[in-house]
Amino acid sequence: MIISVASGKGGTGKTMVSTSLAASIKNNYNVQLLDADVEEPNSHIFLKPVFETSHAVSINVPVVNEDRCNHCGKCAEVCAFNAIAVVKDFVLTFPELCHGCGACSYLCPRRAINEAPNQIGTVETGKAGSISFVQGKLDIGQTMPTPVVRKVKELTSREHIAIIDASPGTSCPVIAAIKDSDFCLLVTEPTPFGLNDLKLAVETVKQMGIPCGLILNRAGVGDSRVEEYCQKESIPILLTIPLDLNIARLYSKGTTLAEGLPQWQENFKEVFRKIREITGERNSST
Amino acid sequence: MLIMFKGANMKIAISASSPSLDSEVNPRFGRCDMFIIADPKSMDFEVVDNAGELAGGGAGISTAQMIAQKNVEVVITGNCGPNAHRVLSSAGIEIITGAEGTVRQVIEDYNNGKLSSSSGPNVSDHFGMGGGGGHCRGKGKAN
Repeated sequence: MIISVASGKGGTGKTMVSTSLAASIKNNYNVQLLDADVEEPNSHIFLKPVFETSHAVSINVPVVNEDRCNHCGKCAEVCAFNAIAVVKDFVLTFPELCHGCGACSYLCPRRAINEAPNQIGTVETGKAGSISFVQGKLDIGQTMPTPVVRKVKELTSREHIAIIDASPGTSCPVIAAIKDSDFCLLVTEPTPFGLNDLKLAVETVKQMGIPCGLILNRAGVGDSRVEEYCQKESIPILLTIPLDLNIARLYSKGTTLAEGLPQWQENFKEVFRKIREITGERNSST
Repeated sequence: MLIMFKGANMKIAISASSPSLDSEVNPRFGRCDMFIIADPKSMDFEVVDNAGELAGGGAGISTAQMIAQKNVEVVITGNCGPNAHRVLSSAGIEIITGAEGTVRQVIEDYNNGKLSSSSGPNVSDHFGMGGGGGHCRGKGKAN
C-alpha cells in the first residue's frame, strides 16, 4: 500500500505527519518512508537513518559537435524549454533548463547533437531502525526536481507500507510524487492560505483519481472554513493536531510526535486504520 | 517600409510597453511586451512583438535569439539576466541596462553618449517573473 502525504501550502506539517505515521506503525508493519521533497528533504532529520547506498540521478543534455553543425537553428526551434539558442555562428546550450527530452538531437538534420549525462541529484537509501528509508536530493543550483522524484519513486516497495513525503504545491514534482498512490493524506492548517492551497490540492488528487483525507494541523489558529469546506466536499478529517508549544518544541529538536509524545502513536495508528478502511471500501466498490 | 542597409543604418532594440516612441521603456528584457527597433539617427522604427513574454522558462534566451536574428547592434532595456546576456554577447550585441523614461528619450540619450554598456547581467535569473513562489515550487512555501 502506498500512502502519499501532500499539502498544497508549504509548512503545514507533511514531514511531521509522514515521520510520525511511519514511527507509529513500524512495529506492526514493514514500513518504507520515501522523502520525495527533493528540494529540501528533511524526513531524515526525524528518522535519523543510516544511509547505505547513494546513486547519481542524471538527465541527458545536448552536446553540439561544432564540426557538423551549420547553425541552421532547428534545435533551438524545436526545444520547448529554450535550452538551446543559435545566434550567428554559435550554438549556446543551457543544461539547467534542459528537460532531457532529446528532441534537439533527434531532429538535427546534420546529426550534430549528441547527448551526455548531466548529474542533477542523488537518491540515497538506508535504514532507520526497522524503517526502510529512501530520499532524493536535488543538487544545489539545479532547477528540475521531477526526474529526481521519479527515481525515488522507482524504489517504492509494494511489500511495504510505503509512505511518500511530497513537496508542497501542486506542480510537476508533486504530481510525480503522489502518482500511483492508493491514498493521499493532505495536511493543512485552518488559515485562509491553508484553505486556498488545500482546494488546489484536492482538485489535483480528484483529477488523478486518488482518494484523500485531511489532517488538520495547528488547529486553534485561523477559523472554521477548512472544516466547512471538508464537510461540503465530503473529505474526511482523519486527525486534528492542535497548535501546541510542546509539539513545536519537539519538532524543532528533530523528534517525531510519535516518539516525543507517545500518546500520539494511537492517533496515527487510528489514521492508518481509517485509511485502510477507505481504500478497502474503494476497492470493493470498484 | 523601412529599408536597412547594414553599416549605413544602425539598429537599436529597446524593450517597450506600447508601440510608439513615447512608450515607457519596459524594465524587463525577456518578458517585455514588445521591442521598438529604431534607427537612432532618423528615428524610423519598427515594432516587434515579444513571443518570449509568454514562455514557460528561458524567456530571456528566446527573446535574445529573436533580437539577434533582427541584426540589432545595441539593446537598451531595464534589466538583463545572465542567460539573455550570454546570448546577446555571443551575437556581438552591445547591452545597455538601467534605462528609464520614454523610448524617445533613451534614444536621444544614446545619441548624446549618455548611456554606457554593461559588461555583465545586472539581475539574476527569473528577476522579471513577479513575486510569489520559486521556480516549479508551486504555491506558497512557508518561510
